[in-house]
Amino acid sequence: MAAKDSTFLGWPVLRQLATGDFLGRGAAATSRRTREQQPRTVTADRVVQSVCPYCAVGCGQKVFVSDEKVVQIEGDQDSPISRGRLCPKGAASEQLVNSPTRQTHVLYRAPGATEFTRMDRDEALDMVADRFVESRARTWQDHDEHGRPLRRTMGIASLGGATLDNEENYLIKKLFTAAGAIQIENQARI
Amino acid sequence: MANADCIIIQGSNMAECHPVGFQWVTEAKARGARVIHVDPRFTRTSAIADTHVPIRAGTDVVLLGALINHVLSNELYFHDYVVAYTNAATLVSDNFRDTEDLDGVFSGFDPETGTYDPSSWSYAERAAPPGPSPRAGGPAGEAVSGDGEIEGAGGDEQGSARRARAGGQEHGAAGPSLEHANVVRDESLQHPRSVFQILKRHYARYTPEMVRDVCGIPVEQFHEVARALTENSGRERTTCFAYALGWTQHSLGAQFIRTAAILQLLMGNMGRPGGGIMALRGHASIQGSTDIPTLFNILPGYLPMPIVGEHDTWQDYLDHISSPLQKGFWTEAPSYTASLLKAWWGEAATADNNFCYDYLPRLTGAHGTYQTVLAMLDDEVEGYFVLGQNPAVGSAHGSMQRKAMTHLKWLVVRDFQLIESATFWKDSPEIATGELRTEDIDTEVFFFPAANHVEKAGTFTQTQRMLQWRHQAVRPPNDAQSELDFFYDLGVRIRQRLAGSTDERDRPLLDLTWDYPTDEHGEVDGAAVLKEINGYHLTGEHAGELLDSFSQMRPDGSTSGGCWIYTGVFAGGVNRSANRVPGADQDEVAHEWGWAWPLNRRILYNRASADPEGRPWSERKAYVWWDEETRRWTGKDIPDFPIDRDPSFRPDPDVGGPAAIAGDDPFIMQADGKGWLFAPKGMVDGPLPTHYEAQESPVANPLYTQQSNPSRLVYPRKDNLWSPSGDEPGADVYPYVFTTYRLTEHHTAGGMSRWLPYLSELQPEMFCEVSPELAAERGLTNGDWATIISARSAIEARVLVTERMQPLTIQGHTVHQIGLPYHWGVGADAVVEGDGANDLLGIVLDPNVQIQESKVGSCDIQPGRRPRGEALLRLVADYQSRSGTTSETGNARLTEGDR
Ligand code: SF4
Repeated sequence: MAAKDSTFLGWPVLRQLATGDFLGRGAAATSRRTREQQPRTVTADRVVQSVCPYCAVGCGQKVFVSDEKVVQIEGDQDSPISRGRLCPKGAASEQLVNSPTRQTHVLYRAPGATEFTRMDRDEALDMVADRFVESRARTWQDHDEHGRPLRRTMGIASLGGATLDNEENYLIKKLFTAAGAIQIENQARI
Repeated sequence: MANADCIIIQGSNMAECHPVGFQWVTEAKARGARVIHVDPRFTRTSAIADTHVPIRAGTDVVLLGALINHVLSNELYFHDYVVAYTNAATLVSDNFRDTEDLDGVFSGFDPETGTYDPSSWSYAERAAPPGPSPRAGGPAGEAVSGDGEIEGAGGDEQGSARRARAGGQEHGAAGPSLEHANVVRDESLQHPRSVFQILKRHYARYTPEMVRDVCGIPVEQFHEVARALTENSGRERTTCFAYALGWTQHSLGAQFIRTAAILQLLMGNMGRPGGGIMALRGHASIQGSTDIPTLFNILPGYLPMPIVGEHDTWQDYLDHISSPLQKGFWTEAPSYTASLLKAWWGEAATADNNFCYDYLPRLTGAHGTYQTVLAMLDDEVEGYFVLGQNPAVGSAHGSMQRKAMTHLKWLVVRDFQLIESATFWKDSPEIATGELRTEDIDTEVFFFPAANHVEKAGTFTQTQRMLQWRHQAVRPPNDAQSELDFFYDLGVRIRQRLAGSTDERDRPLLDLTWDYPTDEHGEVDGAAVLKEINGYHLTGEHAGELLDSFSQMRPDGSTSGGCWIYTGVFAGGVNRSANRVPGADQDEVAHEWGWAWPLNRRILYNRASADPEGRPWSERKAYVWWDEETRRWTGKDIPDFPIDRDPSFRPDPDVGGPAAIAGDDPFIMQADGKGWLFAPKGMVDGPLPTHYEAQESPVANPLYTQQSNPSRLVYPRKDNLWSPSGDEPGADVYPYVFTTYRLTEHHTAGGMSRWLPYLSELQPEMFCEVSPELAAERGLTNGDWATIISARSAIEARVLVTERMQPLTIQGHTVHQIGLPYHWGVGADAVVEGDGANDLLGIVLDPNVQIQESKVGSCDIQPGRRPRGEALLRLVADYQSRSGTTSETGNARLTEGDR
């Protein structure tokens, strides 16, 4: 279709006639730059099926990946739930992945400190594990006043889960219950 | 929903909050369905609807109750369905007294504790059945839904004010246990103690005129809704209800949904295509996080968490879930529980030690998120994990949330961005007012960057109970990691620290099955976790194979499975949640896309789509039916019923469990196989929904002396004040009603939207919606600022003057309502910030599910920006003192009167 712009065949009037775009508002009027652009979805190395992370409609998404980077997220026409559509949130989810303000390092704020400082993830995880074990020991309730077993800590709580995977919620509930931490909650209560 | 003939959307703005799901409403409309939207605001949902019915926030029980009255007194209900499939014919104990008899409370109320003893609500018994002696059973609520959807949770507070409750936190989601199904029925529906007659009397005063006076809905409009519902229900037609947080976030939210359930049962719209009640949930996996709960009151699959004093032993626990003589699948709870405990404690869990039942910690009441925040203020909580949630902005009473976090020793926040819950110690509104000083806050804060939905593989469960597997597209950047990896790793480190401990309390952690395969990057294999959830045969010739169905689970430890309702997701060893046959290549039930629990059934209780003899109610609404030839249930969906149970089958009255389900008992999880119009157990605040005014209301309850739900959970504190209501002096200081809601372009507390440039540009600023009349009354100008003041706080917002807000006439008075989106919060890091609507709210909870009342409150509105610094506190205090509010205001359980 693309007559070379540099030959006379590229003249706009000829292009209008040749392409049937008599009003000159369609293919005849596109610039070389536009014609040479390809959608990111065409150049992607692979397309991965996913699901929108916002509301519970569960719209299907297609994630386009190039050079191990997400380059675009579109609606999945195959989904019988969404039939290819996404709302503004689902359509913006590429920015969720590539947001310039996204945090990708562990940060730590010491008691009384006025700023965060960066911390090694391993060290931070060790510190959290230490605090978990210490708080659990300090706040452990073995029995109630009638001697009935409680086997729990009221010193450790958690909030969150509605945005997480089932497998993640499962591990959280399993670990916390085994640790005796019962105040595990999520958005479903809100 | 596309198959509905009428859709009533109430308590939801579906077009804006579930936009892509709304295409099915549009589709139904294109096929000829009536669409009705009941909402305080005119929204884009109303624009598509045939009718918009403006309603005063919090009065839905009156409208729905009047519809119940209308269909009962005009005999417009679906008679054959009601007689066969509901408990309409069942007789109730003669000790029962209704709110009509006791001026707004039911029999069994204890004003000291604010709780009911539900024993007088029980069914009348035939001669005692043989077998084990009856026990006190206990209930679970209906499957109440929303993002305030929790099944069953009643309870007392942590800390100082402990009191016993007949609460629903002790039960899972299905029908509460009954001792047996040996009830007395009068199928003529005439017996004065039949549920049918009780229902009739209960709603007799819920008339169209009452609707006009309480809800502000004109009588003609009531009749329009009633006609749409009744003309589109029955054999040939079905009506569907859809709701969201507009129903759940009330001090009687669970009862709102119950009222709709009663109405839908009366109209024969449950278990049928185009019928039902659709809970529109707000988060990608909020359904999943209820099924596999990160919730205090339940274990996976809606099994209850053990409660001290009630479930002290394994036998107590099993007895409480179900009685062997009741009907249905809950009698198999010993199998589900043993399989769960085997999944968690593996080899250590044996029949001899009751599968390590004693490893489970015990509840002593309600330990919900609000009770936990109050405990933080009392310095009882040291560490807090905040996982993809933003309580500083998203939970009620924002100021209390933020102050509570300053009492922690340590806080872990896992998110994509530096949300307000991670930075409150330096930029919260309380720093600006001088109430908090960064240097004085001793909380250690760990921020861990999270992996997002394309950087990890796993399942979300969407709002129709469907699990959909997401494949991993890329690896998370730098230190970002999934919750799966984080918690696995944390668990490994905690166990390392306790290794070698001889302390009995550490056994549950040390014996825990905690070996998960990892890939070359050390990332945990989510499919392995989903397999554990699905469950395995542990012994016998199939040892090591995945289970196909929860019916294979055994109580003897020979099977495992982390969440029985999810069993079958890996049937045949195949990950069914990853099924992706394109919608265009299959019928509209689309069984080959994802996997819905239970056992890939798409409409629950679909046995009710056929008549008692097993024939479709009509050709038009044929869905599941009995095939005489093959002697099996068949149809468009997977039958939610024992597959070969003949419709004429009648069980031996002495048996229980699945074997006791009669061929015409479609509600197979209910203890009597019937849909419950009257709930003899399960709801802690009454067997029938009754109208009460909200905690803060400009109106005195016209139906009863009792003003608000007597069982609601109140927390009288100086930092949790309420405006006077009704005719109380000072009520006019906060003369307007406010309600909160979501926008299409943002997501709850904004953590996933206010940091995205596209979405922030689409909705940059906090605003309030007011009617032209209210704007004139208060001198508000479109586009300028206004300050909104409640008894807790004051916030500012841009003014949007719009006819979408309509003043309502209630008992001759004009009531103005103000709309407030709640996505914004104060913090320095987001692309857009603004005052948070949730700061205006206080804490008062529904007693069944512990969800706060955030859809209705009282306020004043004034033109201009709010004061800065300490002056803001003075403004709020000035209003409080002018209204005369104290920590007692609004908190009496029983309203004084000439009862
Ligand atoms: S695209 Fe919109 S409607 Fe669909 S799941 Fe995402 S947020 Fe919900």
